[in-house]
Amino acid sequence: METSPIIIAAASIATIIVALGMILAFVRLAKGPSLPDRVVAIDALATMGVGALVLTSITTGQAVLLDIALAMALITFLGTIALALSIQKGVFK
Amino acid sequence: MIVVIVPLILVGAFLMFLAGLGIVRMPDLFMRMHASSKGASLGVALLLVAAALNFQDLSVVTKSLITAAFIFMTAPVAAHLLGRAAYARKIPLWEHSVIDEGRGHIGEEEDPKS
Repeated sequence: METSPIIIAAASIATIIVALGMILAFVRLAKGPSLPDRVVAIDALATMGVGALVLTSITTGQAVLLDIALAMALITFLGTIALALSIQKGVFK
Repeated sequence: MIVVIVPLILVGAFLMFLAGLGIVRMPDLFMRMHASSKGASLGVALLLVAAALNFQDLSVVTKSLITAAFIFMTAPVAAHLLGRAAYARKIPLWEHSVIDEGRGHIGEEEDPKS
């Protein structure tokens, strides 16, 4: 099934919107006053990366990218959990 | 089908943009987590539903729904753990906060050095 050009145009606009959100999250990652702020920013960045992958799979018609999106969501969860436990244990001073 | 997919894509992307805006503009770590975990999760879920409706293939639909369900299960767990760890490490609240119900319950009984 060929993807409709209207859907491709909407997904391209949506990719730009998601990229603006990633820029905003990266501002918090760069200047965040404490370590948990940066972890929150990384978590949001990775979730937006999953969204950008889904949008790319819609625009290009490559359904394989959804597999990568699933793997990225799994690894992001593990990373956030590991960083939260390290913060609670006081590994980073 | 376009009538359903295009609003899903645009609303999902706008929710993720709102999550980024909340991360920058909110005054406090816990308010930032409130903005990012909810907004980004719902945005990604809407985008995945749009992808499932767009491809209309059994394997793609299954993968999309599994990814959405996984994100909805894990985002609250990660936000809870991170918020609890930050609260136990005495990350300051916003100066205009009126109530702090965790004081004396979280982080006091646990030795932070252990």
